[in-house]
Amino acid sequence: MMKKRQIVALLLLVALAATPLFDPGKYALHLMVMALLWSYIYTSWSIMGRLGLVSFGHGAFLGIGAYTVVMLWNLAGISPWLGALVAVAITLVVAVLIGLPCFRFKIVGHYFALVTLALSEVTRLIIVGLRDSTGGSLGLTPKPALTDGATSSLWAMQFSDKAVWFYIVLLCWLAALWIWHRVDRSMNRLALEAISEEEDAAASIGVNVTRAKLTVTLLSAVMTCIGGVLYAQYQLYINPETVSGIGISLQMVFGVIAGGLFVMLGPTVGAVFLLLLSESLRVLIGNKVLGVDITIYGLLLVLFIIYMPKGIVGTLLQRLDQRGSAR
Amino acid sequence: MGQIFDVYFLEAVLNGLLLGGLFALLSLGLNLIFGVIDVVWICYAELIMVGMYAIWWMHTQQGLPLWVAMPAGIAFVGAVGAGLHQFVIRPVLAAEPINQLLVTGGVLFLLQALATVAFGVEFQNLGVRLPGVVVGEMSFSGSRLVAFATAMAAIAAAYLFLNRSYLGTAIRAISQDRAIMPLMGVDPARIYLLTSAIGGALAGLAACLLVLQYDVHPAIGLSFGPLTFLICVMGGLGNLIGGFAAAFVFAQFISVGGFFLQLEWGYVLAFGFFIATMFWKPEGLFSKRRKA
Repeated sequence: MMKKRQIVALLLLVALAATPLFDPGKYALHLMVMALLWSYIYTSWSIMGRLGLVSFGHGAFLGIGAYTVVMLWNLAGISPWLGALVAVAITLVVAVLIGLPCFRFKIVGHYFALVTLALSEVTRLIIVGLRDSTGGSLGLTPKPALTDGATSSLWAMQFSDKAVWFYIVLLCWLAALWIWHRVDRSMNRLALEAISEEEDAAASIGVNVTRAKLTVTLLSAVMTCIGGVLYAQYQLYINPETVSGIGISLQMVFGVIAGGLFVMLGPTVGAVFLLLLSESLRVLIGNKVLGVDITIYGLLLVLFIIYMPKGIVGTLLQRLDQRGSAR
Repeated sequence: MGQIFDVYFLEAVLNGLLLGGLFALLSLGLNLIFGVIDVVWICYAELIMVGMYAIWWMHTQQGLPLWVAMPAGIAFVGAVGAGLHQFVIRPVLAAEPINQLLVTGGVLFLLQALATVAFGVEFQNLGVRLPGVVVGEMSFSGSRLVAFATAMAAIAAAYLFLNRSYLGTAIRAISQDRAIMPLMGVDPARIYLLTSAIGGALAGLAACLLVLQYDVHPAIGLSFGPLTFLICVMGGLGNLIGGFAAAFVFAQFISVGGFFLQLEWGYVLAFGFFIATMFWKPEGLFSKRRKA
């Protein structure tokens, strides 16, 4: 049974990886890149989110990733590859500065969510406040490196061919799924699940609560930061609202909840769902009446959380389970 | 550096005090709802935005005088608050706390988008200006003074209501023990609905005061929404007195920080201070020790 599943999954993956070869067109390819990129970022979020650490602060890490590479490239000509290392280092420092005290002092639940929300707002405000070098709310564009008809510059991490980006984000997404799986199988997860149920009891049987939480937090933060780097280099435009602050942080949480928090492909399905929803609403309704698409989007989110708290994948699996046991 | 303690610095401090009164009112409704229903309305500031639009629409589009438009606006937002509880919060009361937080986040997007559909993204102005007050070299905006006085009166009224009236006592009782009170003959569903309506009406009152000072647009909630719930958290969620004190601390950070630097840096300082506070006193700056 398991074997058959794995073969099907492998075949689907090969089919997915082969799509750019059949020239699906720029728009379709762009959608796929975005879907995979957001799937990667949502999966990164869910690595800590599923263990009871609901962070509204991942916009901060996304913003650090995006702004660090672009600013280092624009102001100092440092390659985004090196910039990414700097961004990861900054992310680690910030995540430890926020995470360690939070976990030491047992800031959980609502309080954890709101402290991390403050973090993502602080990041947005700092980006806006440093408007002389960040461009403030107008955003920032990496200096173009593709002159004279060149299609790619490895040093500048700029590729005009969307297929290149497709394979980059595909690899990142697969890596994220693998990491999700490893965390799922690790002792750490059992420890963290125990923690999210009853923190004091877990500590009393020898679980190092702070260390266990910090490990997944750092992992999740660094992965999100890399997501920010990829976003900036692919879109070649960033602004404080799209990579930091309350909006994007909420969107990440929504995507994961919509897809399913406790299953591996949940965040991916959530990302694809949100992307298809907003794209189709945009195409169907267009820009004739401002805000109609987001109205429907918000309404669906509310209905989802009320009627499908386990998300799309979670609900489907539950249905399948019920049918299986009924037989 | 001797120049710092000049009259403009004093003006910044006093303006911070006035701003603090407004913040205190903003946090009051949210705190009340959290204390009683144990739910954080992430969309609280969007309710205020709804109220601002309602008042603006009735006054400028329908030509109603402000003394009609404002009470009607308060009643309207109160009804929206009750509706929010009935149709959105009630179905998820038994769900994971994080789902309750998120569902109101969905309402945040929804209200913003609805406002955009109805009124567009342009900034709308009420067109009413209150005369300012000048004391020596310092000047204060009239609407801020009115806001401060109204906020203080509303907070005093809410305090009296909660402590002196029968319903207020029931509300406080249910927030202390939601398992026992139903046995004592208090219907929690009714109390929740009433509290939500009061919370909404307080948002409506805040809207009356804000619409005198700021232009209204669909995203205005985002500019003071995060601030509002950080104030509540800093004061200890559900702790009305703590939220009151925290509002003034926050306002001073923003006003004085904005005096020395730019406005955003005042906010950054305030948020940074908030994060530091959480580590120092996780249960809120002004809370009593929580019982285990």
